[in-house]
Amino acid sequence: MGRIVGGIGLSHVPSIGPVVDRNRTQEPAWKPLFDAYVPVRDWLSRLKPDVAIVVYNDHGADFTFDQYPTFALGVAEDYAIGDEGFGTRPLPQVKGDLDLSIHLAESLIYEHEFDLTLCQEIAVEHGFLVPMNLCFPHSANDWPVRAIPLQVNVIQHPLPTARRCYRLGQAIRNAVESFPAQTKVVVMGTGGMSHQLQGKRFGHMNEKFDQWFMDQLEADPEGLAGITHQRIMEEAGAEAVELIMWLTMRGAVRGQRVHRHYYAPMTTGMGLITFEG
Amino acid sequence: MGRQVAGPIPHTSIFDLRLSQRGRRLNRMCAALCSPAERDAFKRDEEAFIARFGLTEAEKDLIRKRDFQGMIDAGMNIYFMLKVGSVTGNGLYQMGAKMRGETYEQFLATRKIGDAR
Repeated sequence: MGRIVGGIGLSHVPSIGPVVDRNRTQEPAWKPLFDAYVPVRDWLSRLKPDVAIVVYNDHGADFTFDQYPTFALGVAEDYAIGDEGFGTRPLPQVKGDLDLSIHLAESLIYEHEFDLTLCQEIAVEHGFLVPMNLCFPHSANDWPVRAIPLQVNVIQHPLPTARRCYRLGQAIRNAVESFPAQTKVVVMGTGGMSHQLQGKRFGHMNEKFDQWFMDQLEADPEGLAGITHQRIMEEAGAEAVELIMWLTMRGAVRGQRVHRHYYAPMTTGMGLITFEG
Repeated sequence: MGRQVAGPIPHTSIFDLRLSQRGRRLNRMCAALCSPAERDAFKRDEEAFIARFGLTEAEKDLIRKRDFQGMIDAGMNIYFMLKVGSVTGNGLYQMGAKMRGETYEQFLATRKIGDAR
């Protein structure tokens, strides 16, 4: 049977992409971030996941507001690297897991009544790729895991509630556990933490809120799932509302917290938290 | 559970369906900039490029003047605006400084580690 072996909550700041591509990870401004992922990568090489389900949001690379899904699941053999307006990064194509995607779609729709949009093509971008870069270093032509994109609307209100995102994670856990193959899965909840990228409040961060969010995510996710979009946006900035995707990860993984880190050098609180399933 | 979006937040745009509807022409123009050929077209002849998306004169002016706060107020989504920034040589932090009413240097001075960019 399938098994969730771990969950990772982490930020997906776009500037990390070029830092990886240009080999700048050891510069003083970036080293603290990348150092935090050394033990996470060791942990992942021990867990040996076969598939990463990456809960992320597209930033206008492949989805536009003409048709904008609330939850969209990739159901494909592979996923192209998207161009979000700054050029296509030199990364290998992402290999999917078609059988697991089909199983997730059937289980989530028939048994758990999450009516997902199903996509045979998704070009993935920084929301998906930066977390992959941080956790799963790629070779010239491959990634060490297969991956499935799960795109969530966190940019055009009305967004799904935090509780709905949490319930989706719980449903993903059940769906993975009924998958007939012996597949080990990690779930990544990406985005946030505190940041606001527009208006006079551009650059707003709130470390106290971010640390509280990670405390609650570990100790009382069911309670945290009651948080409103308003409260996240008021305290942590309008774009911080991406954090609801961390609740999907947390819904999917039970077990002990392993790593935790926080670094906020510029305009985004970059958090990291992991749980072993 | 409280209301998900209960009211305005000072100095903050909440991108909802009403704003998205208002900005639909602008956001379609931004989406086109995800193609290298379209970015070249913008750089080659900006007026001809922006003429293709049915923008109002006021919307065109926002692009011509690089009025980033105006674009947000007109319903351009922040992540779509980054594509306009990129094609016009304005990074996120330059746009942010302008929206805060600061110079780039003033803005960087408010950051903990201004080199993390």
